[in-house]
Amino acid sequence: MSDRIDVLKTYKTYVGGKFPRSESDRTYKVKNSNDKIVANACRCTRKDVRDAVLAARAASKDWSGRSAYNRGQVLYRIAEMLEGRKDQFIKELELLGMKSKEAIYEVELSVDRLIYYAGWTDKYPQVFGTVNPVASSHFNFSTPEPTGVVGIIASDTDPLLSIISLIAPVIAGGNTCVILASESNPLPAVSFGEVLHASDVPGGVVNILTGYREEMVDHLSSHMDVNAVLNTIFDKKTRKLIDENASISVKRVVHYDSKNWADDTHENPYLILDFQETKTTWHPVGV
Amino acid sequence: MSEKTKENEAEATANGSPKPTSPNADLKHDFASFWNYSPAPESSDFVEIRKQYQHYIDGSFSVPAKKRYFKSINPATEEVLAEFAEGTSEDVDKAVKAARKAYDKVWSKLPARERGKYIYRIARMIQERARELAIIESMDGGKPIRESRDVDVPLAAAYFFYYAGWADKLDYAFPGRKAEPVGVCGQIIPWNFPLLMLAWKIAPALATGNTVVLKPAETTSLTALKFAEICMDAGLPAGVVNIVTGAGQTGAAIVDHPDINKIAFTGSTEVGKIIQKSLAGTDKKFTLELGGKGPNIIFEDASVDQAVEGIVNAIFFNQGHVCCAGSRLLVQEGIADKLIKKLKQRMETLIVGDPLDKNTDIGAINSKMQFNKINEYIEIGIKEGATIHQSNSSNLPDKGYFCKPTIFTGVAQSNRIVQEEIFGPVLTIQTFRTPEEAVEKANNTPYGLAGGIWTDKGSKIFKISQKLRSGVVWANTFNKFDPTSPFGGYKESGVGREGGLHGLYPYVNLK
Repeated sequence: MSDRIDVLKTYKTYVGGKFPRSESDRTYKVKNSNDKIVANACRCTRKDVRDAVLAARAASKDWSGRSAYNRGQVLYRIAEMLEGRKDQFIKELELLGMKSKEAIYEVELSVDRLIYYAGWTDKYPQVFGTVNPVASSHFNFSTPEPTGVVGIIASDTDPLLSIISLIAPVIAGGNTCVILASESNPLPAVSFGEVLHASDVPGGVVNILTGYREEMVDHLSSHMDVNAVLNTIFDKKTRKLIDENASISVKRVVHYDSKNWADDTHENPYLILDFQETKTTWHPVGV
Repeated sequence: MSEKTKENEAEATANGSPKPTSPNADLKHDFASFWNYSPAPESSDFVEIRKQYQHYIDGSFSVPAKKRYFKSINPATEEVLAEFAEGTSEDVDKAVKAARKAYDKVWSKLPARERGKYIYRIARMIQERARELAIIESMDGGKPIRESRDVDVPLAAAYFFYYAGWADKLDYAFPGRKAEPVGVCGQIIPWNFPLLMLAWKIAPALATGNTVVLKPAETTSLTALKFAEICMDAGLPAGVVNIVTGAGQTGAAIVDHPDINKIAFTGSTEVGKIIQKSLAGTDKKFTLELGGKGPNIIFEDASVDQAVEGIVNAIFFNQGHVCCAGSRLLVQEGIADKLIKKLKQRMETLIVGDPLDKNTDIGAINSKMQFNKINEYIEIGIKEGATIHQSNSSNLPDKGYFCKPTIFTGVAQSNRIVQEEIFGPVLTIQTFRTPEEAVEKANNTPYGLAGGIWTDKGSKIFKISQKLRSGVVWANTFNKFDPTSPFGGYKESGVGREGGLHGLYPYVNLK
């Protein structure tokens, strides 16, 4: 061992393509599985949630207007960047107490999952879009379009893989999102923000906040400019709160109960479809 | 220079190049001074309407637990049409139990093909009794017989016909997945298209193997109970379809029933939000088809005469009681004056009156409550400083709830009559200069159900339709419906789609 002192990293948030601290300047201690403090994370507030939603909304027009091909390339680029930083993420997962073999598996699967969804961007509209044989003389077709801004309440298990499994189908479908990272394991999420930043993901498409879930879920799920909520926290109280808040502006809510983020149920286009709206266009046929 | 030549010149240069104009382009449709339409009433002699109707539960008509009834009136005459059972939570519970039993014992065990054949039978029987159903629909709800005869009833049959065929083909609908029914569905429908909305709800639910408890709207229960007769005639197993009549409380009893797996609601956004809230924390699936404030965008290069017809169809179809009505007209500045002038002329030719008269274009407002609401909004519009114009050609009948076709000009985006759903024959007119401004205004309400675009330029249609945040876009047409065509809203206009393959999703769990 050398005598060199490690340089510790300050974990911030990722909002609008920048890495701000919480406006509150508050932090909380993140511990590993041995109860040892490994870092301070930002303790975000209602104001941070609002800023993040603002950024997500601002990015929505550009991102949803990108071609499917382009979105696929950007997702593939995220995978490339993550592949290049594998060691960093493996180390970070180990720091949190994960076994080395598990950490490698999680990071590699995360990369592969991104590639899986990168490939879907220009295919799901073909699989789920339809040309409808109406009886009148009209040409009529239905295509999926992004729902808009999605609030994601991330899981505490498999902190990197789960967040990627949640984000990838949402942004592959042209949505932008605000993520409340795992409360107990927020560090991989924040570092993943750095990967996003280094990829070609426009600022604001993905926004990552850390902090106490209880202080943010209410504000995120009741925000009038959030169109949908993807929740992985499976306690009845949280679910009910989100559902009730959603009814204020008819938000779409998906509750997603997963204990095993590695299994292949997390790789299917129906997860993209959860945050798509179907638009049907009619035009007369005639001369 | 005369007014006429000025206008023609302006028109000729509006799009950069001169266009040929007819010397009669400005002639007014002055039919009224040439002749008057003679009455052409549809006979309602052969229609049997009983004095009192019961719930339809477990295959038979069932007296309500509390033995209370409410009266339903003909909105065109204000006369009582019939009495309907007032559904309580006891009645709803009985219906849900019947639906559960039918689901467990019969319907889920029936081969899919046989299930489909029952639905085909229903479709055919609706066609067979089409005229009777159309007349009843017009008497009960006030809509013109032409609409119930040519739109509501044939489309209702078509929805059953379409979904019947899906019953044994579901394996092809969801790639990589197997569809399973959700179980018992609670369905609550509105009064604007009573039988048609019933078809939208029941047809896909049965095709996918579910059983249903349906509540029609309290002002329009009659065709639902006629439909119950059809279910009996078709030999549909008892309990597969149950119909409980009543108002809001009956609906709440359905929403809150613990043994219902899915709620399908069509109605106002206000009630939709209440339903979504009361379902919070439960595992019930739900779809909501809610309100709208549809933009109808007319570009300078549109065919003005076609657009005028489209505007009339968009807002005056079914007295404007259409969730996807084109109730906000957005017209490009260059043609605004001309278009509004033509629209006003066209409005003069609309016949408001007896729903059973085949000449009638605009029938009765569905209920006194709705009549009052529309008039309140007209008052609000005037108070907000907008300029009102109503057609004057028709003398409104002395009795019944009738409303003249109404347009408001000089409105602002923030006006209540622009932002809130009126659900009547009331149109607001705004102008715009650029396509971007049109899109901005079009999307600037909490709703997102449907919109219209009128232009002769194909690329403009695609550009604008992509930018409209709404579930349906009608380009150079409006208010078209088809069983193969998915329908449903973005934003506060609802969740989920009805119609087409997409309309199967709400009624299945994918494994």
